[in-house]
Amino acid sequence: MAKDEPLLRMESVGKEFFGNRVLADVSFSLGHGEILGLVGENGAGKSTLMNILFGMPVIAGTGGYEGKVFFEGKEARFSSPFDAIDAGVGMVHQEFSLLPGFTVTENILLNRESTKYNPLVEIFGGRIKTLDRQDMRRRAESAISEIGFSIDPMMLASEMPVGHKQFTEIAREIDRKNTKLLVLDEPTAVLAESEAEILIQSLRGISKKGISIIFISHRLQEVVDLCGKILVLRDGRIVSETRPGETDVFRIASQMVGRNVETAPSHRPPRGDTETILEAERLWVDMPGETVREATFSVQKGEIFGIGGLAGQGKLGIANGIMGLFAAGGSVKVKGRNVRLNDPAHSLSHDIAFVSEDRRGVGLLLEESIDWNMAFTAMQVQDKFVRKLLGGLLKWRDNEAMRAAAQEYIEGLDIKCTSHKQRAVELSGGNQQKVCLAKAFVVSPDILFVSEPTRGIDVGAKKLVLDTLRRVNEERGTTIIITSSELEELRSICDRIAIVDNGRVIGIRPATDPAAEFGLLMVGSDAAVSDPVIVGGED
Amino acid sequence: MNRMQDNVRHFLISNSVPIIFIALSAIAIPLSGFSSSYLLQEMLTRLARNSFLVLSLLIPIMAGMGLNFGMVLGAMAGQIGLILVTDWAIVGIPGMVLAAIISLPIAAVLGYICGSVLNRAKGREMVTSYILGFFMNGIYQFVVLYLIGVRGMIRIPFADIELRIPVTNPQLVLSRGYGVRNAINLTGLRHALDNALEFNIPVGGSSVNIPVSTYLLIAVFCLFIVWFRRTKLGQDMRAIGQDMAVADSSGIAVERTRVIAIIISTMLAAFGQIIFLQNIGTMNTYNSHDQTGMFSIAALLIGGATVSKASIANVFVGVILFHLMFVVSPMAGKELIGQAQLGEYFRVYVSYGIIAVALVLHAWKRYQERERSRRSLRGEA
Repeated sequence: MAKDEPLLRMESVGKEFFGNRVLADVSFSLGHGEILGLVGENGAGKSTLMNILFGMPVIAGTGGYEGKVFFEGKEARFSSPFDAIDAGVGMVHQEFSLLPGFTVTENILLNRESTKYNPLVEIFGGRIKTLDRQDMRRRAESAISEIGFSIDPMMLASEMPVGHKQFTEIAREIDRKNTKLLVLDEPTAVLAESEAEILIQSLRGISKKGISIIFISHRLQEVVDLCGKILVLRDGRIVSETRPGETDVFRIASQMVGRNVETAPSHRPPRGDTETILEAERLWVDMPGETVREATFSVQKGEIFGIGGLAGQGKLGIANGIMGLFAAGGSVKVKGRNVRLNDPAHSLSHDIAFVSEDRRGVGLLLEESIDWNMAFTAMQVQDKFVRKLLGGLLKWRDNEAMRAAAQEYIEGLDIKCTSHKQRAVELSGGNQQKVCLAKAFVVSPDILFVSEPTRGIDVGAKKLVLDTLRRVNEERGTTIIITSSELEELRSICDRIAIVDNGRVIGIRPATDPAAEFGLLMVGSDAAVSDPVIVGGED
Repeated sequence: MNRMQDNVRHFLISNSVPIIFIALSAIAIPLSGFSSSYLLQEMLTRLARNSFLVLSLLIPIMAGMGLNFGMVLGAMAGQIGLILVTDWAIVGIPGMVLAAIISLPIAAVLGYICGSVLNRAKGREMVTSYILGFFMNGIYQFVVLYLIGVRGMIRIPFADIELRIPVTNPQLVLSRGYGVRNAINLTGLRHALDNALEFNIPVGGSSVNIPVSTYLLIAVFCLFIVWFRRTKLGQDMRAIGQDMAVADSSGIAVERTRVIAIIISTMLAAFGQIIFLQNIGTMNTYNSHDQTGMFSIAALLIGGATVSKASIANVFVGVILFHLMFVVSPMAGKELIGQAQLGEYFRVYVSYGIIAVALVLHAWKRYQERERSRRSLRGEA
């Protein structure tokens, strides 16, 4: 292996899906121990590029790709992910692939366990070898220590916090002795900031050992901090290949979307006190990974109210609990009326709508068309899009009204689709989110809960989503409660922001307060907690 | 609620199925009027008789395939072996070994078929294997009704060929010349294994017989399961049991491993059926295997196992509790209502009812466990 030859080199790689060009003329190279940042909007071609590298069957099944991929100087055409793994490409996916009932050790060494010989092997073959638990533990410990994050090797995956899972996945790739290239797809999306920092540190350490890394992320600051080389993809083409010294977050962001992005938070004039529309008292919600222990807060009519906090502290649980999606207790009043918890239909009957953070699970009927998705809740809860016959004895679906409404929102929200009959599963993440929003708007709610409205969608769509929310708030007077992990996003749109820490609302501040103030609250600093503004304290 | 109370409650809930059956037995035993030495003997006999069959269910559960209703396929294979051995008049341990040698390859083939079908019905293994049992029952009946005998029912015209598995013993074959009789007396094999090594222990005036050799075999089987869990193959099965997609993406041959799990289970069930019938001493050609499947699964569930988790302890607790109910309830019913015919009704009622009760209790248990973990998450409200 010649040292001057880069580990990975792509030459004019391109790909078409059924006449739809998703990648064109992508060429780059990646040296040993180098970290490459790959950024781009959703649909820019990042996943397709990685699928080509990883030999995913979907590529070969749709006519292969153009151009050449060289791995260690030799042309590589991996026909399956296993070929890629054998060659030394490791991939950590966005979705975790850990077995809940297995320990960290067992997960790291899945299907690569250390084994011991016994005589029965002669009859039944190698799979009847017994496991060498001691050696497995030793190997797991060494892989974990290489990352520099401490995890108990005997802990069950089902009991791990989400950050640990990410590290376990990486340790799994590290344990493969021949891993030369590690691909990380949005590894920090699920991590709290402190965990993300540890991850960045450990990736640096890994690259120093000679393993090259491709780092895909929407968090541009991390990319700039970590990567030695940054590749910006737009519409399937490389629009820039720079080094962190030559660029900054704003330049990259504008290259990604091809236009200048407005990032300055716009502050709205302070609002006079109006009536309270929603009151939550001692609310607890049992949402796995986002437990709410005690949340007390109230929201004013016509307000945009933000709920922020670090991942896993319970901010997502509040909306899910009020909407009845997870077991909850305590008291919630809307316009003075009690909401029966644990009963989604009852919550919806208070003219509350919810755009879930779980778009593909809760938010959408993936196999159904766009118009069905938009009309579904309104049809169930409010009898909209329903024609009644025989005095309501028979109910007919009003397809014409559904089509008209869908068409209106497709235009209004600029949803990119072939028609209102396209299935939701075929849309990109950003467009799916817009369908979710439209579904909520169709109900014309008084209160709209929106959770993580911009998670996993690109910069351009992000702005459109936030603008839409603000417009609905101003034009229809809808009270909006946004839950988001991105503080800057909350500060740019909200009137007031509540910070959730360890399942409790520990402070509610106007959005105009300096960012540092919120930062202190998020880490649960004592100085902030003793402040008189706090609602929902210990006693 | 204080911690101690909570732990006790959790223990009661997580063992609710066995506890309810212990309570039922506690009521039924005095009612039945059986002596303790009689019950002890019955339990020891039945434990030896059934444990092997119930143990054969453990491996598919480990591989995430649920309760293997397809074990009746293995039982059928075992019975074919027994029919042939009885015809050849090979008695004692050699007869049992020969029956096993004949039935194990048949069981392996049936297990392979069953496993391959189940690979096409992922996530619906239990109902599929249950129905597959009915289908195979048809084929089994065709074989024993028409293909076994002095002369074959099916004759290929123009060539002097009869499709026939030769069995000539008139005590086995129906008088028409083909087809096996319903009740077969396994005189030569009766207690062949049980009596190979046995102990008699005096208990309260009478003596209790312990079939040590059978227990030794069961102990070996338990050790095998413990050891098997520690092998690479066992680890792969556990991985598949938890998440097939993850196991697949890590390179484990999922379908092949699932087929192996079913083959092992079916072969063990075939051997289990041979042990079962050598103890009973007579064989119901057309019914024994059906009962085997239902009773084994009922016993395992009563032992506290679920469709996704089962241990060796579940097997023994389950066999004892199930058969205690089985022995005691007809008599208890008779004493209560005073009708002798109720006995058989009670047996059927108990064995099917038990499966339903066990499944309902498991659903309730899962709900209670969720509630419990929820409480610990709440604030001090």
